[in-house]
Amino acid sequence: MSRERWANLGVILVALAIPLVAVLADEQFYLTLAARMAVLALAAVGLNLILGLGGLVSFGHAAFFGVGGYVAGILASHAFNMEPLAFGIAGSNQMIVVWILAVLCSGLLAFLIGLVSLRTAGAYFIMITLAFAQMIYYFAISWPAYGGEDGLSLYSRNQFPGLDSEDGLQFLLICYGLLALALFVFVRVRDSRFGAALQAARQSEVRLEAVGVEPYRIRLVAFVISGMITGLAGALYADLNRFVSPSMSAWAISGELMVLIIIGGVGRLFGPVAGAIIYVALEYYLGGITERWQFFLGLILLGVVLFARGGLIGWMGGRLKHG
Amino acid sequence: MADTVLELRGLVKAFGAVKATDGVSLDLRSGEIHALIGPNGAGKSTLINLISGRIRPDAGTVSFLDRDISTLGVAARARMGLARSFQISSLAQEFSALRNVMLAIQARQGSSYSFFKPVMTDTSLVEPAMAVLQRVGLTDRATIPAAELSHGERRLLEIAIAIALNAKAFLLDEPMAGMGAEGARLLTGFLSDLRREAPILLVEHDMDAVFALADRISVLVYGKIIATGTVAEIRSDPEVRRAYLGDVS
Repeated sequence: MSRERWANLGVILVALAIPLVAVLADEQFYLTLAARMAVLALAAVGLNLILGLGGLVSFGHAAFFGVGGYVAGILASHAFNMEPLAFGIAGSNQMIVVWILAVLCSGLLAFLIGLVSLRTAGAYFIMITLAFAQMIYYFAISWPAYGGEDGLSLYSRNQFPGLDSEDGLQFLLICYGLLALALFVFVRVRDSRFGAALQAARQSEVRLEAVGVEPYRIRLVAFVISGMITGLAGALYADLNRFVSPSMSAWAISGELMVLIIIGGVGRLFGPVAGAIIYVALEYYLGGITERWQFFLGLILLGVVLFARGGLIGWMGGRLKHG
Repeated sequence: MADTVLELRGLVKAFGAVKATDGVSLDLRSGEIHALIGPNGAGKSTLINLISGRIRPDAGTVSFLDRDISTLGVAARARMGLARSFQISSLAQEFSALRNVMLAIQARQGSSYSFFKPVMTDTSLVEPAMAVLQRVGLTDRATIPAAELSHGERRLLEIAIAIALNAKAFLLDEPMAGMGAEGARLLTGFLSDLRREAPILLVEHDMDAVFALADRISVLVYGKIIATGTVAEIRSDPEVRRAYLGDVS
């Protein structure tokens, strides 16, 4: 077993230990923390696909996170008020329906944003993705039908067949399930022919083009898959907090997702998970001590960038291997 | 006369006031090595970029396999079978030699949008890629990342990728550059055989290699082709000697 696999196993054990401790110590709050960790990790797995494998610094993934959240919030509020959505379609409080719609909507948005922004590169790409996300943010603020600036409260979590989503442990199970599924998709995409082309586009764009593959189209498809995963996380985040607000699309979320990938390990399968664990733990423990906990997050980020470029997984797991 | 595979007619490309390519017409026939030589700044790189599709001409046409490809992009031309190697190595640095060649194989198979089958256990990629590596003598280096290969090995890998594309024509941009004498000799022998698979347009500074390999030579000076002919014709052409071979006699 490679060193990286041992590192991954360690991350999995930590992730599983949290609910175990929560149940043994009867601390419901730890379950919420773990769920928050899993949802942020899920969103970051999406970003890691385009950032880690594709080498594209998207500073606008909050757009997909927010759209996923609003899909969940809007469907649930229509279901609760028994008002049909446009065209007579009913709302829904079923997670599976919500997820499918969240994935489709964020995928469509990613396609449109990618269509334009992937024509650019480098700093321009960062700025244009940021600009699109801010457009979504201001749109949400100025849309009074669904709470505008105040956001939208969900009466209760959406439902999953056979499980009680209001129960902390069962909701966490759903979050872990989706995270595991996303990690599985990430591995398959990374190791596939498509993944080879995507990683080649990062390493040498002219080479990929010279063998007859258009980097733009490869990146666009990857951007859509990436946006879909982050959108799914947004829907789950709405259920976690029973609340959606424009701040889900704010640039700070895009920044947080990027920071936790960098701390965990860019392009590493478990990088987003390791990063999310560290991020949520710091937020909770340091946040309890000082309001300025992000100062210490900044120090850690600085340390990682200066001394451990591969993040936590890179530091524990050694160099990246490409077969 | 042999079939013409690649045909340039009246290509013009200006950058501002500088005409980097000034009415170039040239053809590449099946089975031949056609060398393109010229002093630095003669416009060789621009011409290569015009042929491969990186830049578009202001005037003139590029035809490949009897089809006008002037408006096609780089990737579309590559898919038609126009394979190029780069003067400055442009390999996927983190990928092993094997994965660099496998990328070309999958591109040739047109299967870059397959999402679920792992490549490293896919014999339809690994086996043909290993066969190509064996041809250029890189079997032992298959698992080494491109970044860690020696300069000469990287040049060979560039050639291997071009071969893996099953090209209908090769566009080789200074394949000998930086190769030692022994490496250049081996590569010369290899390219000499390669022309039987597909014709080669060879841009090269190494005159020994050019004179040993070329069936025909075109001399490019200030964006114009001043002479095209066999090795003997070019060697004895007074204008070429004055402009390029540095002969003042």
